[in-house]
Amino acid sequence: MRLPATFRRLILLTIACASVTFAQQGERLYKFHCAFCHGKGDDGMAANLVSPKLPHAPSDAALINIIKNGIPGSDMPASLGMTDAEIRQVATYVRALGRSAPQKVPGDATKGQAAFDKSCRSCHMAKGNGGVMGPDLSDIGLRRSPTNLKNSIVEPDANIVAGWSGVTVKTKDGKSVRGIKLNEDMLTIHVRTADGKIQSIAKSQTASIERAGAKSTMPSFKQLPAADLDNVIAYLFTLRGE
Amino acid sequence: MKILKTSLIFAGACFAHIALYAQAPGTDWINYQGNVEGFRFSPLTQVTKANAGRLQPLWSYQIDHTDKFEASPIVRGGIMYISEPPSDVTALETRSGKVLWKYRRVYPDNIPTCCGRVNRGVAILGDRIYIGTLDAHLVALDASSGNVVWDVEVADFHKGYTSTAAPMIVKDKVIIGSAGGEFGVRGYLAAYDAKTGKQAWRFWTVPNAGEPGSETWTGQSLKTGSATTWVTGSYDPALNTLYWGTGNPGPDWKGTSRLGDNLYSDSLIALDADTGKLKWHFQFTPHDVLDLDATQTPILVDANWKGKPRKLLLFANRNCFYYVLDRTTGEYLLGKEYVRQTWAEPNLSDKGKATWRPNTQPTEQGTVVYPNSPGATNYQAPAYSPNTKLHYVMTRDEGGVFYSGDDTYKAGSWFLAGRFVSKPGEEATGGVKAMDPMTGTPKWTFETGPSWSGVLATGGGLVFTAMADGDMIALDDSTGKLLWRYPMGGKVNADPISYIGADGKQQIAIASGHAIFAFGLRDTPPIN
Ligand code: HEC
Ligand code: HEC
Repeated sequence: MRLPATFRRLILLTIACASVTFAQQGERLYKFHCAFCHGKGDDGMAANLVSPKLPHAPSDAALINIIKNGIPGSDMPASLGMTDAEIRQVATYVRALGRSAPQKVPGDATKGQAAFDKSCRSCHMAKGNGGVMGPDLSDIGLRRSPTNLKNSIVEPDANIVAGWSGVTVKTKDGKSVRGIKLNEDMLTIHVRTADGKIQSIAKSQTASIERAGAKSTMPSFKQLPAADLDNVIAYLFTLRGE
Repeated sequence: MKILKTSLIFAGACFAHIALYAQAPGTDWINYQGNVEGFRFSPLTQVTKANAGRLQPLWSYQIDHTDKFEASPIVRGGIMYISEPPSDVTALETRSGKVLWKYRRVYPDNIPTCCGRVNRGVAILGDRIYIGTLDAHLVALDASSGNVVWDVEVADFHKGYTSTAAPMIVKDKVIIGSAGGEFGVRGYLAAYDAKTGKQAWRFWTVPNAGEPGSETWTGQSLKTGSATTWVTGSYDPALNTLYWGTGNPGPDWKGTSRLGDNLYSDSLIALDADTGKLKWHFQFTPHDVLDLDATQTPILVDANWKGKPRKLLLFANRNCFYYVLDRTTGEYLLGKEYVRQTWAEPNLSDKGKATWRPNTQPTEQGTVVYPNSPGATNYQAPAYSPNTKLHYVMTRDEGGVFYSGDDTYKAGSWFLAGRFVSKPGEEATGGVKAMDPMTGTPKWTFETGPSWSGVLATGGGLVFTAMADGDMIALDDSTGKLLWRYPMGGKVNADPISYIGADGKQQIAIASGHAIFAFGLRDTPPIN
């Protein structure tokens, strides 16, 4: 059956409009529900979404699932007030973000790796190699935006990663244990020290517990020359869990 | 044994503030079966026949998922490492039960699995923890943080491969088995360099066309021959030999496309641990059509056999026969029915070969055979006590009706060619049997119902296991008398272990339902 030409044109137009609105809808919803944490996709304080590969969302079904239900045990919340259709629209938009060109960062990643080896690796693992006094950074390029990385390095106290508080425990027999607190209750405190050992100390054995509180155990690297800082960030931005 | 010593030194240094206990052997539990010889025996003697009645729960830890929890933990220096389903890892402190770190993996969708998204445990060497994952990778984690050190693909999960067995450490290598025998994969046992994650060798449990053993398959059937290695095996350091059981041939319930014995399915394979070269094999169930995986744990003991000192291998098989082999040569020494069966003639040949009875093949109408598909025993870990010289096995007695079906192969899909149901009108029974390896007969049996719990023997003269309904029990190792019982409220699909906890006292731990329970003796109120 042949339709009149104008009618055919009208149908095409409707389809085009519908898909535009679909993408726009996704963007609108994203701005409302997600941008607060994810920014434009790669400049927020939460995970970087401008990546073809998202570790938590290997498939579209997984993506829809985490938008709907959040990521348990993290700050990624379950959706509130979105219909299933809207969730699919946001997911489509997130995938479109993933296909867009990654942000250009100014530094040199190779030089940055050398600087990282010198100043950071003693505390941070990356690709299976490094210390355990700070978080593993093997996928930090996916978890944080460049701006955000800069803040972490220059002003560690501003936003301390959950679960990384420093403590110094003094025991009644005169020993002192300094490290990262793994957990604590009224009976015990568990501390990981710089050598990677885990100490389990009964509260009945402790003389005092000093807490770093709002201070990060990561020193500020404010004094780092701007070029070095750019290089380190460029290197971190390449770390994508591969 | 060298591994044990270094780890004890490490453990001592690690727990300066709590290591008030003597570093005696058996303090830790650093292999899947306790030792590499497969004993699941703890030499610890704090908990005895006299005081077992006072055991009480010390702590428990709930896992994150509701899949079946099959893990047998590893403990070193007061820290317990467990795998949680699907194949995540958690480190727990054993005085408080508190979490020290978690490794949570993100899994691809639609991993084909036969029997749940399960995992049976991790391995430990130096400052690394090793886990085989549901998507068939091998991952090395940093023991103090859970950070990933390396992650390698061992096989392609799309084809139906998974890794569910606890890896095994042999010298500087990590040995990892294969699972996926219900998807027509080709089974293997592989070794990886513990430091780098580089493959050292891989032994294919089904030969290539033209290789020895390939004559036991017809047509193209060896390409989908299965024979996976989904339960951790054993190792003899003196002979430098790995002993590992293999699973059913594929497809499970129809053998017309794979006529012949189907090597090396349902077999014990003895491999050189450095090269993965086959030293010898012994097939328990030739041309299996009942899913009688021989993936049980081999137990390696040295004993007098008919007046002559011999290196023996004890094997309580899913096929209802109890076997003793010479582990140097693979020579068959004993094979005896220990649970009711109707598939084979009761007398094995003088080489130990079973003869199928007539009318025992699955048909479209259904054929009644003993045992049912779960078999006489399955992945429940057995135990061996060097004190009683008894081999403790969790057994099950049940008949099944077996149906044959379509045997078309499609990669990544079920390749069963049939199905089974329990024999109607009959309830499964089960219990722990204390087998005397010299005679292949039980010295005693304790009825537990059809339980999926493994068994632990201890230097305190106890045998620990769980009843079918999830009650943890302690038995007298020489008489089978019930000494203690604690209802955990969740079925057990896992195996008990024992170790010295971070409080310096003996603990017994087991997974039940979706939690780990740790038991011990405690006189004072639980303050510290
Ligand atoms: C309150 C802050 C917050 C909001 C709002 C939020 N997220 Fe997230 N999101 C996070 C954090 C934090 C993570 C990282 C979680 C982790 O890996 O621990 C994350 C992770 C993700 C991931 C996984 C990325 C990866 O690397 O695999 C996706 C996809 C995602 N968010 C999409 C969304 C979408 C779409 C929305 C809006 C519907 C949204 N998020 C709203 C905080 C947020
Ligand atoms: C003394 C140990 C130490 C050193 C050295 C150190 N860090 Fe950190 N770092 C930490 C700790 C602890 C945290 C977590 C607490 C916090 O957020 O401040 C952290 C957090 C971070 C984070 C945020 C991680 C996340 O998961 O969001 C980044 C990025 C980072 N560090 C980068 C660096 C870089 C780059 C260097 C070197 C220039 C460095 N660190 C040197 C200890 C250290």
